Amino acid sequence: MIINHPKLGPRDAAEFTILGDASMLNRPDWQADNADDEFYTYVYLRDNPAGLHRELWFHEQGDRSWLVVTRDTITHDVVDVSLASNVALAAKSKKVTKTLNTKKTREKLKSKGQNR
Amino acid sequence: MIFKSLVNSIIPSDLMSKSSGKLHSSVLQQKKSFSLLQCLQQSNFIVGHVIARVDMRYSIWSLINQALTGNQGWKPAWREPEPKKNYQIIIIGGGGHGLATAFYLASRYGMSNIAVLEKGWIGSGNIGRNTTIIRSNYLLDGNEPFYEESLKLWEGLEQDLNYNAMISQRGIINLYHSDSQRDAYVRRGNAMRLHGADAKLLKLEQLRNMCPFLDFENARFPVMGGLLQARAGTARHDAVAWGYARAADQRGVDIIQNCEVTDFIIKDGACVGVKTSRGTITAGKVGVAVAGSTSRVMAKAGLRLPIESHVLQAFVSEGLKPVIPGVITFGAGHFYISQSDKGGLVFGGNIDGYNSYAQRGNLPVFEDVCQSGMAIMPMIGRARILRNWGGIMDMSMDGSPIIDKTPIDQLFLNAGWCYGGFKATPASGLCFAHLLARDEPHEVAKKLRLDRFRCGAMLDERGAGAQPNLH
Ligand SMILES: Cc1cc2nc3c(=O)[nH]c(=O)nc-3n(C[C@H](O)[C@H](O)[C@H](O)COP(=O)(O)OP(=O)(O)OC[C@H]3O[C@@H](n4cnc5c(N)ncnc54)[C@H](O)[C@@H]3O)c2cc1C
Repeated sequence: MIINHPKLGPRDAAEFTILGDASMLNRPDWQADNADDEFYTYVYLRDNPAGLHRELWFHEQGDRSWLVVTRDTITHDVVDVSLASNVALAAKSKKVTKTLNTKKTREKLKSKGQNR
Repeated sequence: MIFKSLVNSIIPSDLMSKSSGKLHSSVLQQKKSFSLLQCLQQSNFIVGHVIARVDMRYSIWSLINQALTGNQGWKPAWREPEPKKNYQIIIIGGGGHGLATAFYLASRYGMSNIAVLEKGWIGSGNIGRNTTIIRSNYLLDGNEPFYEESLKLWEGLEQDLNYNAMISQRGIINLYHSDSQRDAYVRRGNAMRLHGADAKLLKLEQLRNMCPFLDFENARFPVMGGLLQARAGTARHDAVAWGYARAADQRGVDIIQNCEVTDFIIKDGACVGVKTSRGTITAGKVGVAVAGSTSRVMAKAGLRLPIESHVLQAFVSEGLKPVIPGVITFGAGHFYISQSDKGGLVFGGNIDGYNSYAQRGNLPVFEDVCQSGMAIMPMIGRARILRNWGGIMDMSMDGSPIIDKTPIDQLFLNAGWCYGGFKATPASGLCFAHLLARDEPHEVAKKLRLDRFRCGAMLDERGAGAQPNLH
């Protein structure tokens, strides 16, 4: 398998180690009321699809970056590769805008006089 | 072959047709001195037919009878029935575990009206792809009694099934390469013995006598000794599937091949049947034993599981004279090897490590496995590898299996076998049958629960944590 590294170009998959499902980037909130349920799901349950799978690979024998690789588990074709840091950042900013946009947070912020 | 050699031993070879191995009837008629043989043939024919009519039992009589009648009378080992509209119990998956479950349901729990639904042909999954090692050298309380029960069942299996599964208790040796590893093996051996299994620690000299070909002076991983389980060994993997299939079929189980389950019928939180490529079939209970396809199949029932599917490869060399006495495993890498009765070296190592449903692996693992082999037995370096393949395994989050109810009533799960489910086949079948028949876990499978990941009662032999590709 060849992984097309966003910065280094095509690299042999043997240079990498794989951690598993990229859902591991979405760590649940440990202070939430349902944190135990959320963490059970996060740590143990997997979609394990036959087909496209987003997964975390570590370029151990290269630039030691973490990548999110989208790969077909039936054919082993790698269809998309991005830096995990970018994926995580994008998810974070999305989450922040989402929280800011929910009515409840807006009201909460308003009552505290923090509305922007 | 067996039949041929049997005939050869009874009848001078010049009376045999060279091409077909059949008796020349003309020769028999010409030579009066063979009237005795004719009598024998006649009487065997009659005896054989009586036996055949009873249940087509395989025996020395059926062998002789068939040998003397040109092997024309062998019947298919199981029927090819059309699926009925309804069954008491449906087992999904005609691998070793599904077939064994059906057999024990019929033979030990007195159930009839059972179907095994297989999407391809029986033996097409991991049961026909593994490296055939059977053993019970586990450490944990939740596992060892289960695998020991399995090994006991293996010991009587050929008689139970009336089928030659070529079970050979040639022993397994786990090599150790450091003091701490020896201590760990001593602990494991003691745990095994506490559960009634056999284990023996081999000192260097004993090991040298048994396996002089090992690279004892290896600079990096010197071989210091081994843990021997003498009752472990190998079995002919597809014969296990065929034997269970035939024995289950004889007890009325319908084995339905080319029948893929595409959906579950769930009413009021209970599973009442399945949709298949051959129509809808209703059932009182449904048991799922689909190994590498577990997540795919259970997703149809809306369940997400603590399982990932990974590919494991196996390798077979050209046939060699007997060189490796039993099963040998490398303690400092992942490598295991045995020699088949045909002479091929059968070996394997690590899983590839990435999720896969492809039933084939990649070359880096090929290289890694061969390097590990060379590290302990350089003598195999000149053997040519003839074949290599992969199978899809249901790797669980703690490396141990699950035999349990599911959150959906009347839907039961048998999964998480990782790369060690072949040895488990008999006990897995027995315990799954017990659960299906009695609605409660078998004594030795009590800890193989689905909810252990939620409540923390993990069975992590390796201590590797919740990462399937490390188990
Ligand atoms: C290369 C390799 C080496 C191994 N070596 C060993 C070893 O040395 N010792 C050991 O103990 N174990 C070993 N194993 C593991 C062992 O083979 C498996 O754990 C075990 O065979 C799994 O159980 P099974 O036989 O029921 O699986 P399978 O034979 O895979 O049976 C599952 C069946 O379910 C069917 N199925 C899937 N989906 C559906 C559907 N929707 N509808 C109907 N049917 C369906 C499949 O077609 C398949 O036939 C090895 C595995 C591999 C791949």
